[in-house]
Amino acid sequence: MDELNNRTQTAVAAIEAAATHDALDTLRVEALGKQGWVSQLMKTLGKMTPEERQEKAPQIQGARTAIADAIDARKAALDAAELERKLATETIDLTLPAPQLPKGSVHPVSQVMDELAEIFADLGFAVNTGPEIEDDWHNFTALNMPESHPARAMHDTFYFPDHDADGRRMLLRTHTSPVQIRTMVAEGAPVRIIAPGRVYRSDSDATHTPMFHQVEGLVIDKGIHLGHLKWTLETFLKAFFEREDIVLRLRPSYFPFTEPSVEVDVGFEVVDGRRVLGGSGDAPGHAWMELLGSGVVNRRVIEFAGLDPDEWQGFAFGVGVDRLAMLKYGMDDLRAFFDGDRRWLDHYGFSPFDQPTLSAGVGAKA
Amino acid sequence: MKFSLTWLKDHLETAASAAEIAAALNSIGIEVEGLEDPAETLSGFRVAKVLTAAPHPDADKLQVLTVDTGEGAPLQVVCGAPNARAGMKGVLGLPGAVVPANGMELRKSAIRGVESNGMMCSVRELELGDEHDGIIELPEDAPVGESFAAYHGASPVFDVAITPNRPDCMGVYGIARDLAAAGLGTLKPIELLPFAEAGDCPVEIRTDDPEGCPAFYGRVIRGVTNGASPAWLQQRLLSAGQRPISLLVDLTNYLMLGYGRPAHAYDLARLSGAVVARRAKDGEQVLALNEKTYTLDAGMTVIADNNGVHDIAGIMGGEHSGCSEKTTDVLLEIAYFDPDRIGATGRKLGLTSDARTRFERGVDPAFLGEGLDLLTGLIVDLAGGTATAKVEAGAPPGDARVVEFDPGLTARIGGVVVDDAEQQRILASLDFTVDASSAPWRVTTPLRRHDIEGAADLVEEVVRIHGLDKVESVPLDQIDGVARPTATADQQVERKLRRAAAASGLNEAITWSFISEAEAQAAGGGRWVLDNPISEDMKVMRPSLLPGLLSAVRRNLDRGADSLRLFEIGRRYLDDGEHPSLAFVLAGNKVARNWQSGKASVFDAFDAKALVLSLLEAAGAPVANLMVMGEAGEFYHPGQSATLRLGPKNRLASFGAIHPSTLRAFDIDVPVMAGGIHLDALPQKKGGGGFARAAYSPPALQSVKRDFAFLVPSDLASGELLRAVKGADKANIVDARVFDVFAGQGVPEGHKSVALEVTLQPGEKSYKDDELKAISEKVVASAARLGAELRG
Repeated sequence: MDELNNRTQTAVAAIEAAATHDALDTLRVEALGKQGWVSQLMKTLGKMTPEERQEKAPQIQGARTAIADAIDARKAALDAAELERKLATETIDLTLPAPQLPKGSVHPVSQVMDELAEIFADLGFAVNTGPEIEDDWHNFTALNMPESHPARAMHDTFYFPDHDADGRRMLLRTHTSPVQIRTMVAEGAPVRIIAPGRVYRSDSDATHTPMFHQVEGLVIDKGIHLGHLKWTLETFLKAFFEREDIVLRLRPSYFPFTEPSVEVDVGFEVVDGRRVLGGSGDAPGHAWMELLGSGVVNRRVIEFAGLDPDEWQGFAFGVGVDRLAMLKYGMDDLRAFFDGDRRWLDHYGFSPFDQPTLSAGVGAKA
Repeated sequence: MKFSLTWLKDHLETAASAAEIAAALNSIGIEVEGLEDPAETLSGFRVAKVLTAAPHPDADKLQVLTVDTGEGAPLQVVCGAPNARAGMKGVLGLPGAVVPANGMELRKSAIRGVESNGMMCSVRELELGDEHDGIIELPEDAPVGESFAAYHGASPVFDVAITPNRPDCMGVYGIARDLAAAGLGTLKPIELLPFAEAGDCPVEIRTDDPEGCPAFYGRVIRGVTNGASPAWLQQRLLSAGQRPISLLVDLTNYLMLGYGRPAHAYDLARLSGAVVARRAKDGEQVLALNEKTYTLDAGMTVIADNNGVHDIAGIMGGEHSGCSEKTTDVLLEIAYFDPDRIGATGRKLGLTSDARTRFERGVDPAFLGEGLDLLTGLIVDLAGGTATAKVEAGAPPGDARVVEFDPGLTARIGGVVVDDAEQQRILASLDFTVDASSAPWRVTTPLRRHDIEGAADLVEEVVRIHGLDKVESVPLDQIDGVARPTATADQQVERKLRRAAAASGLNEAITWSFISEAEAQAAGGGRWVLDNPISEDMKVMRPSLLPGLLSAVRRNLDRGADSLRLFEIGRRYLDDGEHPSLAFVLAGNKVARNWQSGKASVFDAFDAKALVLSLLEAAGAPVANLMVMGEAGEFYHPGQSATLRLGPKNRLASFGAIHPSTLRAFDIDVPVMAGGIHLDALPQKKGGGGFARAAYSPPALQSVKRDFAFLVPSDLASGELLRAVKGADKANIVDARVFDVFAGQGVPEGHKSVALEVTLQPGEKSYKDDELKAISEKVVASAARLGAELRG
């Protein structure tokens, strides 16, 4: 009995000390191979008496199990050591840069237009468009600016030598307001639309570019008045800037296509050299900034568009999209909008996944 | 328009502060663009007298002055103004003073080697106006040494913008009237200085052009002494930004700026015969007061005598008959000109003036005789002389417009309830005559309010005086439930494409709609050419988005960029209208120099193809049915570009490498790939109505792949082979890919080897050997029809 124990312990010790798979295999054959001493002992069991077998069998089985387990354990240890050695040779320098995936961006003007569409859709406004190459009837006459009107000259219009089939002079639209006329003519009333798009004036300096973007708003219905205009602008600006403290100041003004006409100022303060909208312009440290033009649609415009001004009335407004983008997202140079400088686009552009939604707030945080 | 608080108070009895007045002006529609207190901006400038003036030893146009500043020894000052001379009084800026116009701090300095201890200032330098013809000349009695701010009146100056519909507010008096209506004080009546009339006007005055000049009033004043204006008058003109010139000129300006009433004073000695308003003759010329000669035509109204034209009516007087220091007898002209004709003449001549601005918007037809008497009284009082009787040729329009007005309209379109009595009070305070005995009211408009055409205009009057801030916000009606979708199919496609392009790594740019003629030519020529472009580079409406993007590429390369992926969504402007499009460019490096390969790699035409296809797919186009064809245009490399069409004539997109000549024209020295999609050519997505997809469950059995290598003629398009193979057995073949194209060793001359991997999808049961064999035979047979031969 002691002999078996001793022999088993010696074998297990040798197995645990085996340095290679070959040495381990030799030890396995010595003990558990066909001619191995454990196998030989197993064979002796057949010739024993039942009593003797009952006593010896567990001892021999135990020795066999102990040796087999030791071999498995040693084998696993040798495998692990070998893998570790192999992996050690495969080390790479992961501080090296990975291939760069290109990162695209959406232009701020497009982003803001999508934001506007989202906000106004919630108020029941659709988005309409119209031609940029317009005729002077849609751009001026139908908006109550006859040929001799001083306001026409103030528009710095780009003209084409061409005339349309009705003899109307072709030009680049100076505002998005012609879409008012086209919408009313095409769709009748009631109307709730915004019309964003490119507009053109022959003007160029730090704050003016010959091409820029406007969004027009138009509501034609029954019983629409200045109070609705005020609510709509407040609601829109609060949603756009995601601030409840936006304060508007309405000032009487003049646009040929609205009567009464209202210029809208918004209160702001300068924080870290930037204009931040919010608060009354009369509050300490605040001032007013002119933001948009608006008014009750002039009867004549409604007539020009083929509707009955005694039945239908409404309001219209226009605001610079680039300007809204600058105020919200902090760009300070309008010219850079149209330069296509990749660095600027990377910096001020938006992730394609910043799709404006009402549930997340239409704006994309820095 | 600028005016001082002092001037305003000539007409308005008020205790309101400048800030309160500014707030009131804004609230009634007279926008205050600036409110400045000259006491602050003009500190450091004082009244000074030029004692001596001598030529600068080293500069022709400069003089060296000695200037008495009222204290201490006279200072030496170098001055470039032509009107600087000994004996005159002007405004001196001392070292330390900051020039308002440019923010420059004055210092003791040497100008061309001569010491200068300050600066004699012009009207523009002190931001009192635009004039820069010379330094300010102050009257004899200006006290030397007094601070100029104090002398100037030191009264806060308002800078207001008058909207074009309110010419009646283009004079201080008119502004005072509006303020009084708004409750800011009491309007003072116009003070007419009395004068005696002696004899009839010796000059015949008439209008031969009653259309262009319905009324021409005038009178002569003899024996005037034209000199410098008194301080009060100078102060008012300076606050308005006008340089005082001489009493007669200043008084006509004062009438215009103070009362919105342009007038003209002729030197009688320069006139001969009757003075007549008539049409100009074609080609007739006049030297105007701005020293430019204008050639007139028969559409323009002028004031002329026997010798010729003396005045471009309502716009600018003539140099020849203008008043000078020597003038002793003057003929005054106050006329009413047709606004449209003044506008047309001014536009044709490209000539603007304060008078034109007022006449073309419409002056007060009821203020001719009174205006003339006001001017006459001022001249007689200040310059002496004897006035003759007044001549009134013709008559200004006198029919007052009567507007039917339902006061309820104020609430209906103004959104604010103002009681009838208050509406009546407001209208009366603005000189409307209200007959409230009838319904609707009958409101007679003052003649000067050319802008009042209908009831809505009266609502505006009531609301602006009552206060727009009293208009309460009223929500628009909203539909029940969640807002309904509003975006059109086109708008949805555009939004999707924009974000798909950005998600593909492209930066969205917005470039000018107009490009140069040469750029437009390179893109096939532009249809729309501007008459009045801002520059030659922005002259033609783009027929393609690519020139603008290539210009952006060049600018980026110039700034050191070496890899660009730009796209734009915008319109192309063609003969048949405006076409929404998407275009992109891939320029320079696709992958930057890197440690793995040691070098950069550039884009190729397949990068452009991959992008075009993925964008088309995002837009819902049937990508699998597109044909790859040629004729992408001269902009592209002829052998490395293609179009994608849905049927031979329906071109959806193009892509490829930009032609090397195009790149050279744009000064670009890296390869550029590009692509474009015609958004209006995309087919509308089918099944737009429903959300449910077609029924589908993934096949239970694994697909099988088989490789084929074909020997084909070199010029066979691989796409055709692919199409033939895919179509060989549509029931079983679900995909085919080209995985190798090879020509050279082992491949016969004039041929190439194209290897395809074909994917087969079994249905209910796995393929048996003979079935696979049959499919392979179909593939080989189909390819053979294109001249392809299976390689052994």
